Amino acid sequence: MRKDRLVEVLRKNAVTVMFVLLCLGGMAVSGQTTAYVTYELFGRLARNAFLVLALIIPIVAGMGINFAVTIGAMAAQIAVLWVIEWGVSGIAGFTLAALLTMPIAMFFGFLIGNLLNKMKGQEMIGGMILGYFANGLYQLLFLFIFGNLIPLKTPGLVIMGSTGVANTIDLSTERGFKYALDGIWRLPFGSALYVVCAAVAVVTVVMMAAKKTSAKKGGIILATAAALCLLYQIPAVAQLFSMVQVPMATFIVIGALCLFNVGIMRTRLGQQFRAVGQNRTVANAAGINVDRVRVIAIMISTVLAGWGQLIFVQNMGSFQTYGAHEQVGLYAGAAILVGGASIKRATNSQALLGCILFHLLFIVAPSAGKNLFGDAAIGEYFRVFVSYGVIAMALVMHAWSGHSKKKSQKA
Amino acid sequence: MAAEYVLEMRDITKKYGENTVLSGVSLKVRPGEIHALLGENGAGKSTLMNVLFGMPVIHATGGFGGEVLIDGQKTMIASPHDAMLKGIGMVHQEFMLLPGFTITENIKLNREISKPNAISRLLGKNMETLDMATMSQDARKALDSVGMSIDEYTMVAGLPVGYMQFVEIAREIDKTGVRLLVFDEPTAVLTESEATQLLSVMRDIAARGIAIIFITHRLDEVITAADGIIILRDGQLVTELRTKDTDVTELAELMIGRKGEASFVTAQPRVFPKDAPVALHAEHLAVDMPGEIVHDVSFDVHEGEIFGIGGLAGQGKVGIPNGIMGVYDAEGSVELFGKPVQLNNARAALQDGMAMVSEDRRGVGLLLGESIEDNIVFNAMQIKDEFTKKILGAKLKDGKAIRKHANDMIRELDIRCFGPMQHTGTLSGGNQQKVCIARALTMKPRLLFVSEPTRGIDIGAKKLVLETLVKLNREQGMTIVMVSSELQELRSICDRIAIVSEGKLVDVLGADASDADFGLAMSGIKPDERRKKGGDA
Repeated sequence: MRKDRLVEVLRKNAVTVMFVLLCLGGMAVSGQTTAYVTYELFGRLARNAFLVLALIIPIVAGMGINFAVTIGAMAAQIAVLWVIEWGVSGIAGFTLAALLTMPIAMFFGFLIGNLLNKMKGQEMIGGMILGYFANGLYQLLFLFIFGNLIPLKTPGLVIMGSTGVANTIDLSTERGFKYALDGIWRLPFGSALYVVCAAVAVVTVVMMAAKKTSAKKGGIILATAAALCLLYQIPAVAQLFSMVQVPMATFIVIGALCLFNVGIMRTRLGQQFRAVGQNRTVANAAGINVDRVRVIAIMISTVLAGWGQLIFVQNMGSFQTYGAHEQVGLYAGAAILVGGASIKRATNSQALLGCILFHLLFIVAPSAGKNLFGDAAIGEYFRVFVSYGVIAMALVMHAWSGHSKKKSQKA
Repeated sequence: MAAEYVLEMRDITKKYGENTVLSGVSLKVRPGEIHALLGENGAGKSTLMNVLFGMPVIHATGGFGGEVLIDGQKTMIASPHDAMLKGIGMVHQEFMLLPGFTITENIKLNREISKPNAISRLLGKNMETLDMATMSQDARKALDSVGMSIDEYTMVAGLPVGYMQFVEIAREIDKTGVRLLVFDEPTAVLTESEATQLLSVMRDIAARGIAIIFITHRLDEVITAADGIIILRDGQLVTELRTKDTDVTELAELMIGRKGEASFVTAQPRVFPKDAPVALHAEHLAVDMPGEIVHDVSFDVHEGEIFGIGGLAGQGKVGIPNGIMGVYDAEGSVELFGKPVQLNNARAALQDGMAMVSEDRRGVGLLLGESIEDNIVFNAMQIKDEFTKKILGAKLKDGKAIRKHANDMIRELDIRCFGPMQHTGTLSGGNQQKVCIARALTMKPRLLFVSEPTRGIDIGAKKLVLETLVKLNREQGMTIVMVSSELQELRSICDRIAIVSEGKLVDVLGADASDADFGLAMSGIKPDERRKKGGDA
């Protein structure tokens, strides 16, 4: 009986389990120090987690993975261009870009949502193709309209000796806002751990005092926090994280999005997302405006994706004008599936776990490939292959589990 | 305020185009009364309810004639939501529940109780936090009133279907100001004890002054639960009865009776001796066809017979040929001329010499974008390798042979078309049906299934299709199994008719059995047993 359950759990989480094994194997053969891997991992988490979390609401609303987040990223890049052109730098520039992204992404999201309502059941492929289509319009905008019809004055933003926006947009000049968010408050891993544990402890105690958390649950949380801090006192453990610098503000923003994702599900709107996601007919019969709810879900997701892209570019310090947005949907979608989400169900923890595993593989794959096959490019190929493979596998498993459910109902 | 009738419908008439589906139907329902609404398929039950609920389909097709009064006040019901606001609720036949929600969440779906918070003050009511505690209190009350002790936080997924039905009822009761509830076949999915409980819950609800309209085909339940009975037939009100003045047999007769209606095709039914050679033998056949599930059916079809399968829609009659032909998943054993048939394999079924004219001619039956001739020979080419020729080792279509065969068929079946090249999508329904029959005949089957052959075609075409079937049977000796919702049609050409109810075969009757017998069988009661029971009492 117990063995059956173990097999069942493994089968349900096959993608995640496979990834854990791949990552462990990759780490073993890559020859990289753990300290380097954790350093890279935290950097990538800060960059990408927000984007992955932006996918949750459309999944809950039954629209699958929103591959149209690509278009949200485009909205963000439009905003970045103009903020740099106006020369607003630092956190002010970042905030302005975020504010500017919002109406653009909302407008795009509104259009996407309405289009996807015309193709219910095919939202994922629709969103993906829409991303390619929008890329054409984006190129028209950046190659012809910006810098040509609407002149840009900032040096370096326009292609030298030609028209149109340059290939690379640099945020590390004094006009840009590289590290605007990351740089607000950086702590070494140890200090960050203490701060987080202290914050968690304070919240737990307050909740316990207000009788919202049971004493047992609160005790466990407090004990875990204390244990983590104690564990860190072991030099060997501390050594593993010796290179990590935690951008606290970025992680606070990511944490806020997690809270938002949980909080919105407890509202009327969240209830409507879930109802529409489970069965449109029933939701409609209950008087819910299904189309409107779906448009709202996509609009929120698109705005969040835009902000996610802003976090990404402020960390990178520059981005490819014509390419930075292209793979956003694919990588974010693969990451959330790796974490054990399906195209019907997704949670914050699945998104975060998926983000960790997916990027862990990205970190170790090139050098693992080099050590195994003598060529880093093979590792590189491998990770692209894996990201497509994961999406394909998740889709197949979804179809398969639907089928076996039908079978077992019959029996 | 207290009018005598909570609902009064006066002289309701509804036409879909030229087709009158309801004419002059009137009914009156007092508060706290249970009325049963009876009728065959197509009698107008659902159209009447669509009118009552202001369904979009009614308004989109030109509205209706007559008037609806609620509490003695003339009203216009604009939409299902409007009906809800006016206190009319519906308990659906198919569950309108979300499996991933708890019972509470389902009962309160889109009527959630919520508390304002900081964000909602800014962005409106949709952002208010749900007040689960109050919601579950309400749900508890509603569940108690339908006699369910189950925890209100249980997920709906995994509940037994019987429980789901009660959750649906609890949801309707929870709606404030509900005065009239419509139950659409509520006992169809319930076990016997659940059905008994449901009927007593219905009486409890009625005792609180809520009127109930109860749509069902189980006549026993009507007698047990209803105060009044309304019978519709062919869009007209046949009669309104008080339950105490009638019995099951009379109801069955009234529901079916077509006295005076001349049948347009008649084939003398023949009696086959018990030991006549068997063409098709089905034993414990179960078919998983959505909406037409067959649970356990056994029957024999004699060689050279026209065997009818009848019953109400959704009871499983259409599932039988689809299961045998391998279109839907089936279990059980089927023998054709003594040889076992491999189930779940459409190709094998065709190769064994069975052919089917599908009830879904536009979906399964025809390739609408292809020509008549290609449609006619498609199966024969694919399965039997006919109408092909070999040139340099490659199999090609034999255009000449196909054209000749198609022309023969067009002549023989009188398919009205411009020629064999015309696309089937542009043909009328009756002619499409004839193309389907032509294709089935091209397979030279030993046994032919025809499923709902006259659905959606005009009366002249109906006559021709039925005549063709009789001709095939009498002249070529082809064994035919015909499935139809129209009992009259079955009785006009079949030798014997099996009646299916709730996925089970109730009885096999002769074509000349009485209306009452057919009516009883359709509501799942075996006429012989009924008579015996009646005799004892």
